[in-house]
This record gives sequence, structure tokens and C-alpha cells, in this order.
Amino acid sequence: MDALIIITVGFLVAFNCGILGSFLVLRKMAMIGDAISHAVLPGIVIAFMLSGSRENIFMMIGAGVIGVFVTIMIEVLTRKGKIPVDAAIGYSFTFLFAIGIILLTAFADDVDIDEQCVLYGEIIYIPFNVWVTQGGLHLGPTALWIVGLNTFIVLIVILSFYKELLITSFNPDFADSIGIKPIVWHYVLMGLVSYTAVSSFESVGAVLVVGLIIIPPATAYLITERLNKMLIYTTIIALITSILGYYLAFLLNVSVAGAMITISGTIFLLVFYLSNRYNKKVIMSKSE
Amino acid sequence: MIEFLSFLKDPNLQYVLWGCILLSFSAGLIGCFAYLQKKALIGDAISHSVLPGVAIAFMLIEVKSLPVLLTGAFVSGIISQYLVVKLSEHPKISKDTAIGFVLTFFFGIGIVLLTFIQQSGHAGQSGLEDFIFGKAATLVQKDINLFIALSVIIIIVVLLMKKEFTIVSFDEDFAHTSGMNVSMINKVMTGLYVMAIVSGIQAVGVVLMSALVITPAAAGRFWTNNINKLLIISSLIAGLGGGIGVLISYSAPQMPTGPWVVVVLSVIALISFLIAPQTGIISKWFNQRKNKQKIHNENILKLLYKICEKRGNVQCSIDKNEAADRYSLSKKEFFNKLNRLNKKGYLEYQINNQIQLTKKGVDEGQRIVRLHRLWEAYLATYLNIAPDHVHDDAEAIEHVLTPELEAKLDRLLDYPEADPHKAKIPRKKKI
Repeated sequence: MDALIIITVGFLVAFNCGILGSFLVLRKMAMIGDAISHAVLPGIVIAFMLSGSRENIFMMIGAGVIGVFVTIMIEVLTRKGKIPVDAAIGYSFTFLFAIGIILLTAFADDVDIDEQCVLYGEIIYIPFNVWVTQGGLHLGPTALWIVGLNTFIVLIVILSFYKELLITSFNPDFADSIGIKPIVWHYVLMGLVSYTAVSSFESVGAVLVVGLIIIPPATAYLITERLNKMLIYTTIIALITSILGYYLAFLLNVSVAGAMITISGTIFLLVFYLSNRYNKKVIMSKSE
Repeated sequence: MIEFLSFLKDPNLQYVLWGCILLSFSAGLIGCFAYLQKKALIGDAISHSVLPGVAIAFMLIEVKSLPVLLTGAFVSGIISQYLVVKLSEHPKISKDTAIGFVLTFFFGIGIVLLTFIQQSGHAGQSGLEDFIFGKAATLVQKDINLFIALSVIIIIVVLLMKKEFTIVSFDEDFAHTSGMNVSMINKVMTGLYVMAIVSGIQAVGVVLMSALVITPAAAGRFWTNNINKLLIISSLIAGLGGGIGVLISYSAPQMPTGPWVVVVLSVIALISFLIAPQTGIISKWFNQRKNKQKIHNENILKLLYKICEKRGNVQCSIDKNEAADRYSLSKKEFFNKLNRLNKKGYLEYQINNQIQLTKKGVDEGQRIVRLHRLWEAYLATYLNIAPDHVHDDAEAIEHVLTPELEAKLDRLLDYPEADPHKAKIPRKKKI
């Protein structure tokens, strides 16, 4: 039962990250995902200090705001400061992440988050953290609810605004010309990524969540060029990743999040190798 | 406070302090070239990627011997760099994705290995986690000697190859044509880059090490356009950040060093972004404001001059409400601007809301009108632009034409009498 819960949470996290990551990878903004997921840390710690718990709406909102803040910060630095975009990203998120770690260490007594959790989460403890209502009703693991709600919201937004997200990702100028504002969808996406990074925090930590945002969609993109297929392949890879990741971690008695990344990274390299060989074959058969 | 100062006298601390300052210094030095080559995020990939190297090296020899761990770190750093290059050759993998992939994949493996080592109960495994966020206080003299050696190598190579590095960083094509071995130079730079990152991992940690390389250069870039000055400023900032990080690590032992180093550096960079002369955001904002002010002043004087010109008397009295109606600002703002012009001696107030340009104001208004019409004449004569299309362009350029250009235009057009709209080009009496 515990294994099932962990795998389910792992899958949902990988699914949420992968679906949003698909858009980031297509927009060549993978590292913005990296920046956001690091940058939400101070938000998480501050919200925890204020509210004393990790599961609340303020934390989600606070982190969402910080996530959007860091994207604006990067834009200000590149536009007004004329800093190359990569340096602006590197600067902004290391700054915020460092503040997060300092707060974490300084208020270690008040904040029930440790460095380990920041790095690779505590998915293994999730089954023990059960949500009990005041009436004494057991509703199952809290994390399952948090991640499930995240999935629900991500699905609703993606399904309702599929067309808008698709067009602004592939051709922002065209989108603008037919009245779909790319900037609006840019920030919707950034807000969702921040929200997802926060919901996933407990399970996989702030650092490894980036892997789930980038690796499964990048793998899917190697296989297909169609967005709908890419989302389906991402889902399949997320599923394989969470199952194999769990068992690898179980076998070696190591971090589940780390194992999930290792598995998905290996799948990526495999697909990369095969697609290179396939591409070469296609080129050779064409030249014949 | 005295207690705080007294621990500064501890010889071991001083050794560690100077060692860390030196290693930060060398990181800031090589970081300039990484920054100029837009390799900031590659640094992030390298620094995360050294983790599996450290873990594997530890598993192989089962002792926490720093030279071995650093060798492992160096090797996996180089592999990661190679992988980034290899992956981004694929048409569907952007550089961004390649970096993100390598960073998280290596770090994920590193975490797996690290948790594996932790539960397998190796003797002496404790302290391996310190590599993640860095802990300068755990450094001993033997380690420091190693870091000093690495830093000195980096500094010497950078100084020896400064010319080559600079040319390759700014203009690879030019470096090619002047017969330099660009790929070799790039490899040396990458090697030094990895070396700088590796040597910082115990003091700053793998997660934030890239900031020690990039942030000082980003900050330094605001203060200078000169590569020599940039190298000096950047490495001094880095050294300062590293030094402060060590002091914090000693005074608050439970604190990891890396985040403090990064926060100190980032704050220095933030201050530079804001206040650096000319390039800083605040000084740019001030310049823009000043410019706007100047343009408004000139436009208002121009308007007043033109009103009087129509009436045939350049120093006529104008109703200020009437003038405000003809200007794009609100009345309140317009009157504010008039006050400013009054203080500067361009115009005088008279009774019944009337205003009058002073001699100085007439000259200035006339100058702007003259520049405007001269430019219109120039566009119409030399660029064959229709007379009804020249106004907007002149409206912008009249504020930036220098006296030298004015003289040149005048000469070029042979001191024209009128602009394409047949309006007279006003001149001072002398000509």
C-alpha cells in the first residue's frame, strides 16, 4: 500500500512537471523552470515561518508570486541592465536560493524543513503524514491531496486553454495578431510552474523537480513533433519513471527522487542514441 | 565584538581565510571569460555535475582524501561539459535543454550515490554532504595548500593567456583568421573553468558554486568596459565574498558557507546594477528623466516662439492657458514646466496670466525651430522625402543636433531661406 501511494504521488508530480515542462522545452525556456523551482525556496520557508505548516493556501500563493517575481527580475536584468540572459538567470536564482537556505538554517528550530528535503524531498515519508480532519476522519496522505489538486488545476488550465498555449508557444507573433496575448500566457505558465514546484517540494525537493520538468518532455520531443503526442509520451515516461524509480530506490535503499531522475535521464540518453541512429539511417536512405 | 575580533587571530582561521580569498579570487578571474562567452549556466551544469564524481571517487577509495575527491569531481565536470556540447548538436535539443538535462541528471545520480554511501555505513563518510552547500570551517591546512596550488595555476594561466582568451571571448571568427587555435584555447578555458568550480566545492558547495564564478563578473561589468579592469574588479569582488563567507562559517558553525558567499556577492552585484554610473538602472533612469525634461523645455520654448512668430513679434505676450491648450501635457504639468523655465530665466510672468519669452528664451526657441526646419529642408532636398513626411523625423532630431552638425547642414544646404513648408528658417541677425 505504501509503495502504491509513493508511486502514485511520484507519478502525479512527474506528470504535472512534465506537462508544464513540455511547454517550457518548446519555448526553449528549460532553465527558467530551473530558476523558478530554486527561487520558490525562500517563499516556502517564509510562508512556513508565518503559518507553521507546509500545507496551506498561503504557501502556494506566496510561492506563485515569488516564481513570477523571479521571471520579472530576469527580464528587468536583461532589458534594463543589459545582462546576458543566462547570467541573469544564474544570478537571480542562486541569490534567492541562497537566501532560502540561510533562512532555513537560521530558523531551523521553527521550520520543519531540512536541507535534505530541499535537495531531494521526502517522498518516502509521505504515507505516514496522514490528513486527519477535526472529526477524526482519515482522508489518506496529505501529500496525495496536495499533488492531486495540483494535477487537477494543471489539467483544467491545459485542457481549457490548449489552443492559446499551443499558439503562443510556437508562433507568438501570429498569436498576437489574432488577439491572444503571448505575455499573458507566459505569466500564466510561469505561475503554474511555480505553483507546481511548490506542491512538488515535499516529494522531490526544490532541486530535483527541475529534472522532472525538463527530462521527460525533452525525451518526448525527441520522439515526436506534435504537441498532443508529446504530452502523451511525457505522461508515459512519467509513469515508467515513477515505477522504476521507486523500485530502483527500494532495491538500493537510496533517495526515490534521485532514482527517478536517474531512470528518466537514462531513458533520455537511450532515446537520444536511438534517434541519432534512426536519423542517420534516414539520411543515408535519402542520399541513396 | 572583541570576542569576534579575537577569533580572527587564530592562525588556522587566517590560513583558511586567505586560502578561500585566493580561490574565490581565481574563480572571479576565470569567471570574466565565462561571462563574456555567455557560459553562465554551463557553470551551473558543471558545478551540479561534480557531485557523482565526488561520490564515486569516495566509493572507490573509501577515505575522504581531498585530492582524490577533487580528481573525481574534475573528471565528471569535464564529462558533463562534453555531454552538453554533444547533446546540443542535436537539432531538436536546444542548449538550454541540454544544460538542464545534464545538470539534473548528474545531480540525480549524485544524490542516489550519496544516499547509497550514507546508508552503507562507510567509516568517514560524514562530511560528504558538506560538499553540497559548502563548509569552509571544515577545511584544514593540507586542503588549503591544495586549493592555493590550484588557484595559483588558474591565475598564472589566465595571466599568461589573457590576450588569447580575450580575443576568443569577444570575436571567435577574428581569432580564427588571425591563426589562433580557437578550439584549443576554448578547451583550456573550459578546463580552467571546471578547475575553478571544483576547487570551490568544499568552501561554497556544488549547488551554488556557479554563482562565485559568474556573479562577480556580472557585477564588475557594470563598472567598466575594459577587460583588464573587469578582471581586477571581478576577482576582488569574488575575494571579498569568499572572505566574508569564511568568517561567517567560523562565527556560526551550523551555517553552510555557500549561501552566505552567494548572498554577499549578489548584494554587491545588486548594488552595482542599481547605482553604477551610466550603466546602472538608477543612473539610467535619472538620465532618461533629465532627457525628458530637456525635451519638454525645448518643445515648450519652440511652441511659444512659434506663437509669437505668427504674430510678427518674437517677444509678444502670450496667455498661458492658451499655450497650455496647444501642448500635449495637462495644464497643471504644463504650468509646472513654465515655472521651471521661469526659474532658468527663459521666460517672465506678466499680469493677467500672460507670459513673455526673455531674450535667452527667444534664442533657445529660435534655435530649436531653426534646427527643425533645417532638418526638414535637408530631408526634402537630399533624401527626396515628400514635404508632408518630414515633420515627425525633425520633431525627434531637433533635440539632438549639435552646433557642429547645424553648421554642416547649413553649409550643405547653402544657408537656405525656408523649409519645405515655406516657413522661414530663423537666424540670428549676424549672418
